[in-house]
Amino acid sequence: MTYTEQIREVIGGIGTSADRPDGIPKVQGNFAYSSDLSAHGMLWGATLRSPHAHARITRLDIAPALRINGVHAVLTYDDVPGVKTFGMIESDQPVLSDGTVRYWGEPVAIVAAEDPHAASRAAAAIGVEYEQLEPLVEPEAAEHRGELFRRLEIRSGDQDLRGDVVVEGFYETGMQDQAPLGPESGLAIPDGEGGVDLYVATQWSHEDRRQIAASLGVREDQARVHLSGIGGAFGAREDVSLQIHLCLLALHTGRPVKMVYSRTESFVGHVHRHPSMMWYRHEAARDGTLIRVEAKLLLDGGAYTSSSPAVIANAAYFAVGPYRCESVAIDGVMVRTNNPPCGAMRGFGAVQACFGYESQMDRLAAALEMDPLELRLHNALGPGDAMPTTLQHIEGSLPTRRVIEQLRDMPIPPDAGASHPLHLPGGTGLTTQPHHTLRGVGYAVSLKNLMFSEAFDDFTEVRLILTPVGVEVETAAAEVGQGLVTVCQQIVRSVLKMQHVAVMFVDTSTVGSAGSTSASRQTQMTGGAVHLAATELRGQILTEYQGDDLDERGVWREGELIMTLDEVCERGPTTHHVQFRHPPTEGPDEHGHGHLHVDFSIAAHRAVVDVDPELGLVHVVRVDTVQDVGKVLNPRALVGQIEGGIMQGVGLAVMEELILDRGVVRNANFTDYLLPTFADAPEVMAEFVEEPSHFG
Amino acid sequence: MRITITINGIDTEADIHGPDSLLDVLRDQLALPGSKNACEQGECGSCSVVLDGDVVCACLVMAADAAGSTVRTVEGYGDHEVLHPVQEALLDGGGVQCGFCTPGFVVAAAELFDANPTPTSEEIREALAGNVCRCTGYGAILRGLEDLAARNAGDVP
Repeated sequence: MTYTEQIREVIGGIGTSADRPDGIPKVQGNFAYSSDLSAHGMLWGATLRSPHAHARITRLDIAPALRINGVHAVLTYDDVPGVKTFGMIESDQPVLSDGTVRYWGEPVAIVAAEDPHAASRAAAAIGVEYEQLEPLVEPEAAEHRGELFRRLEIRSGDQDLRGDVVVEGFYETGMQDQAPLGPESGLAIPDGEGGVDLYVATQWSHEDRRQIAASLGVREDQARVHLSGIGGAFGAREDVSLQIHLCLLALHTGRPVKMVYSRTESFVGHVHRHPSMMWYRHEAARDGTLIRVEAKLLLDGGAYTSSSPAVIANAAYFAVGPYRCESVAIDGVMVRTNNPPCGAMRGFGAVQACFGYESQMDRLAAALEMDPLELRLHNALGPGDAMPTTLQHIEGSLPTRRVIEQLRDMPIPPDAGASHPLHLPGGTGLTTQPHHTLRGVGYAVSLKNLMFSEAFDDFTEVRLILTPVGVEVETAAAEVGQGLVTVCQQIVRSVLKMQHVAVMFVDTSTVGSAGSTSASRQTQMTGGAVHLAATELRGQILTEYQGDDLDERGVWREGELIMTLDEVCERGPTTHHVQFRHPPTEGPDEHGHGHLHVDFSIAAHRAVVDVDPELGLVHVVRVDTVQDVGKVLNPRALVGQIEGGIMQGVGLAVMEELILDRGVVRNANFTDYLLPTFADAPEVMAEFVEEPSHFG
Repeated sequence: MRITITINGIDTEADIHGPDSLLDVLRDQLALPGSKNACEQGECGSCSVVLDGDVVCACLVMAADAAGSTVRTVEGYGDHEVLHPVQEALLDGGGVQCGFCTPGFVVAAAELFDANPTPTSEEIREALAGNVCRCTGYGAILRGLEDLAARNAGDVP
């Protein structure tokens, strides 16, 4: 039998700016986010939160709330049937207050009622009396009292080495909020057999399941976590927020329960970027060679652990930046206070340290009367070097020099909008005039790890299914907006030469964990798993039909087309399931040394900034960047990630900060917590360096 | 209280309670969840709708005040077959990531282009300065809409 060749080109493969499959429903307003869900007979949940940063509950009376019409449940600490605490690394955060509240906004009780108004009224009607306790809010005082989540003392090289030129500096960064636009929200539906299905916006459904099942006191297969539409994350959805509460209420009432946080509640309902205090001392030889870096980084973890131990590790391991240095002494200290808990946010500790070490490199360049880029190039860390802190040997690529040189060579385009008031510091209010402003140009280089570190067993699972119309990818990886859904399609198209690829985000009982959508890991991990599965499936098809090649026309044997891909899809093999791991890492020794990270990525940025020095107004005119990205899978999506990351960095630098007053957040809303708008957005030009990773 | 609003060209009745906002009514009663609930104090523009010709934040409009008015929501742009040019432009530019702000941008940008089919970059920035996007950094949104303005001006990119 011979086949007529069908010429059909597979579009949207690797390296193209393939369209998002969820793009059209998103522009039409039809995409279902977790806050859009509903179910028949659904109740609404609400949370009573502590108005104090530190207090003992002396009286808790739920009777007034239960008397309100339409209220079905009011639950407190005693109603948590299983483990009464939760947490990603340490289970130390009470599901509901254990009698002491340790931060402003800590959940005390939860309510389910027929409508959201009744639920709010009921939460407010709960009688609580507090004995206020002195809140511990100063990180230095917390360190003095030994309230530590983790302390690292990294010592590398000869501790007596000294340089000729010394610069010292003290740096602080503020508490930043991820502010994903989609509020925390979800819908829990009891299954009538003691289990529950939770539809929720999360970054890691299997980790949620582990914590939910433990607190409910049920088996993990009885707590099924389904990924709902996710309105951004940036770290805010890596920890449990309302997941356990929703499931408790659903199991208690036997009814579906929905909960949507208000923006103010969202600000206290998730963790934040750690505020930092950093003391630095850099010593260099006259020729600019970095001799010694001493630093202490003190980060405030807030009231509960969250991912703080890993964040301080990142800050400390990257405290020198992408530079060689013979002698290093870094103390990384993460303290426990009565401030809001801090945890994952984009950059995960590497951001704070970068502000410290790059400020120091500029100071050092000034002291040496050296060009700041020359100083960085002179000390640039590269392949074959060891990390100055951990002494880990750099495997494969680390194009520090290349990103700096390429950025240096990028021209600064003329400033097209300079005459428009929108581009002035202070904006269209015409607070300042062009002749009152000064322009500065600054550079910074940042280094960060990829994927999970310090011996964490990091893996991801996917299942590929051949169907009569193409390929289905089943994954529990969270698509938070970054475009993983598109990348998975592109990889399958390129390997299996099939156009129609459907990515199905399935629940925790259908496929194994994909790990967290964080740590710059999903493209490489779930993308890597998809690539592995597609490649193995291709091999199975060739074996099954004794072919020697497969392309968009079909399966070939000795130059002859023996089967079309449509026929392959109809006949199977049907499913293929893989688990994908990255190479293992190890934990640190007592000096902070070891093979702690899988891989690294490097980026260089150049900011052009206008300042009115009299009024202190700042406008970031443009930010150009060269980034080490591995292989570019989708250029348009990549630029989107880079520009979005830069905007959040600009926000941290010039306007975003949660303001605390004795542990109380004073600006937990979008009126007082300033987010960058179109008027603040700098022009961005991004270039990529494509060098392969040493694995995958 | 029972009110009638003309929503996306259809006279629609709703039972409202005192504190309900127009956004509450659209989302929870009328099965129009496209308008998003991101800040509920008029700062982020995710719930932008056109109310009697003006772009407003539906979260700041008392439902009772919307009685008898004409409202166009994101669901009223384009149809199942053909997208509105602004929807196409946002997709082409890469201006959609998580998408939570997108309905608000669609409404605000469509009204801008309706009034001025060839806005300058500054006019786009200014018209959309009330819409917060946390994912894109605005660059991709701007490029998509700049390209649309160029096409409208006859400069086919």
